[in-house]
Amino acid sequence: MIAQDLKEFKKFTPKTLPREEPLVSGHRACQGCGEVLALRLVAKAIGTPMIAVSATGCMEIISSPFPQTAWDVPWLHVAFENAAAVASGVEAGLKILMEKKKIPEKSINVVAFAGDGGTADIGLQALSGAMERGHNFVYVCLDNEAYMNTGIQRSSSTPFGAMTTTSPAGKLIPGQTTWKKNMPAIMAAHNIPYVATASPAFYLDLMNKAKKASLIKGPAYLHVYASCPTGWRHGSDLAIEVSRKVVETNIFPLYEIEEGRYTVRKNNNPKPVEEYFKQQRRFAHLTPDMLKFIQDRVDRDYQRLLQMEALTNPAAVKKEEPKEEATG
Amino acid sequence: MARRVGMEVSIAISEAVKLANVDVISAYPITPQTHIVEHLSEFVNDGELQSAFIPVESEHSALSAAVGSSAVGARTFTATSSQGLALMHEIMFVASSLRLPIVMSVVNRALSGPINIWNDLSDIMAERDCGWVQLFAINGQEAFDLTLQAFKIAEDPRVLLPVAVNLDGFILSHVIEPIELLEQQEVDQFLTPFKPVLRLDPDKPVSLGAFGSPDVYIEVKKQIEEALIGSQKVVTEVWKDFNRLFGRNYKPVESYKTKDAETLLITMGSISETAMMAVDALREKGQKVGLIHIRLWRPFPFKEFLQAIKGAKVLAVLDRALVPGGVGGPVGLEVKSALYGKDTRPYVAEFVAGLGGRDLTVETFIEVVEKAERYAQKQKDFQYELIGVREK
Repeated sequence: MIAQDLKEFKKFTPKTLPREEPLVSGHRACQGCGEVLALRLVAKAIGTPMIAVSATGCMEIISSPFPQTAWDVPWLHVAFENAAAVASGVEAGLKILMEKKKIPEKSINVVAFAGDGGTADIGLQALSGAMERGHNFVYVCLDNEAYMNTGIQRSSSTPFGAMTTTSPAGKLIPGQTTWKKNMPAIMAAHNIPYVATASPAFYLDLMNKAKKASLIKGPAYLHVYASCPTGWRHGSDLAIEVSRKVVETNIFPLYEIEEGRYTVRKNNNPKPVEEYFKQQRRFAHLTPDMLKFIQDRVDRDYQRLLQMEALTNPAAVKKEEPKEEATG
Repeated sequence: MARRVGMEVSIAISEAVKLANVDVISAYPITPQTHIVEHLSEFVNDGELQSAFIPVESEHSALSAAVGSSAVGARTFTATSSQGLALMHEIMFVASSLRLPIVMSVVNRALSGPINIWNDLSDIMAERDCGWVQLFAINGQEAFDLTLQAFKIAEDPRVLLPVAVNLDGFILSHVIEPIELLEQQEVDQFLTPFKPVLRLDPDKPVSLGAFGSPDVYIEVKKQIEEALIGSQKVVTEVWKDFNRLFGRNYKPVESYKTKDAETLLITMGSISETAMMAVDALREKGQKVGLIHIRLWRPFPFKEFLQAIKGAKVLAVLDRALVPGGVGGPVGLEVKSALYGKDTRPYVAEFVAGLGGRDLTVETFIEVVEKAERYAQKQKDFQYELIGVREK
């Protein structure tokens, strides 16, 4: 099935990047925002004709202050928790209007964008419903690991130990006490044809995954790491660097799940997790004990991912990723 | 030729939706609305209606998906009741502010708690201010007719607002009534295909649902308000058109035996027919009693209302929802505010009854009329009275 959908798929190279920009410049994102960069790259990779649906959140606010808009494609925002439900209606509406010959028949990419709160917390039900029903659209979670738009409150996607305004580094409780919710696994459990993780530091990998997600018929879920200098308390020049380190430390491994088959981008000599934490003040309070706890869990989770790959896609086990792309 | 058949009112509504040739139906089960969408899914699965049927995972998503499909230009229908409508609350306001002509059946049922599946109007009254056109059917024929009319009203370029067609849960939705269905070619004469003014079209990109700062928010609200108030003109035109084609006349405020009436019952929904029987009984005894029922609740037809009550000395308002901590029920509030500032105004006695499906009988309405007249004589100063409460 996927093989058929991807017959025409060609990987992007630095020379074949599309020129079109569904999300244009002039929006109001913070300086050095990793999320808007990820959004732009995904939109660029998927390309037109496109209808974008945004959940409430930073990306919606910064791109649509009436009478301005940064969207050069049709765009719809309704509320916080329902991007997947709205996209379901858009997709079903287009499909039936084409079937009934009320609009011209053509392939239109429907893409829903939401943050981690809009995906893993308040939007989880709508997302689960849409994935289960099998609508043909791409859902993109832009994960900046907290409710940034409302002022950096913790979400279920906030990493263990991170300081937010509702998981402060207190004298008694040092930041987030829970482990990050595993959204890609939840999506994979819906048996949808395509699930992938990506980071804008590996921009070709990100764009290729976005393109594949849009070409594959049926629901696709893309979980994109999105650094937030404002919320994470790091320099606005470090968005790409932290987006690379999070992968190099195996805190956020890159992988795809195609019709249940895992393919992991190998990183068998990871950097220690401290390398990632030390650039962000949200982790400034971490103790050696906490670091050890995190390192152990990160190692274990990565091994588990490799086991999933061995179990589902033995051919990929030995495959080393090509040394691709300059990463900023 | 029109067919007159006996059928469950919920099924008649699905027949109307089918005749409207909707493109998208989003559906989530809730009692007592379920029969409508069940029947629609049969039409779709049997190939009798070419429509997308989205079996969503909640009412919140039912309306959200409806917003999405309406935004691409699809004629869209959904239906709900009670808790389901309450769950839609957030999106109700977005749907009207996006100017999307969604049509929804609201099969009225009491809101929790305590949880109760029976009829009153507390669900829709909690959505009174959502900017939708709101109509009330009193019988199965009206439920069928208003559903068809709702699409034409909603999609008129002068309106472009969602429409809620209300009907009482169980006591109307589940009864079998003789209903005159229309043939497809008759409906096609009345209801032409939806031509959206704006839609999500890759060839002409628009941003819908933009962020509205204090600089623009109030202007947007003013536009919606003007469209809603202006919709009454279109509603009237649509009714005129419907009457011309099919010979059934609808008015924003309907009068029953109001000529020379000194006391008027004021009702909404199917209980109006029970109240008419009470009027008949009182008339037989020589009492000058009549009834008006409000069909167009939003926008509220002030002019027609004032015209309809002209000459009455006592108004007995029967509300089936409570405004807790306020002054009774929402209809009473509206009636009183419509009269405030008039030089001569009738005495208004406000009653709240029938909550959570408590039976409203002919006797209840007789009691209400008698009380209203007695209170008027004494010019009793009271906010409202809850009818039928067991004290022990």
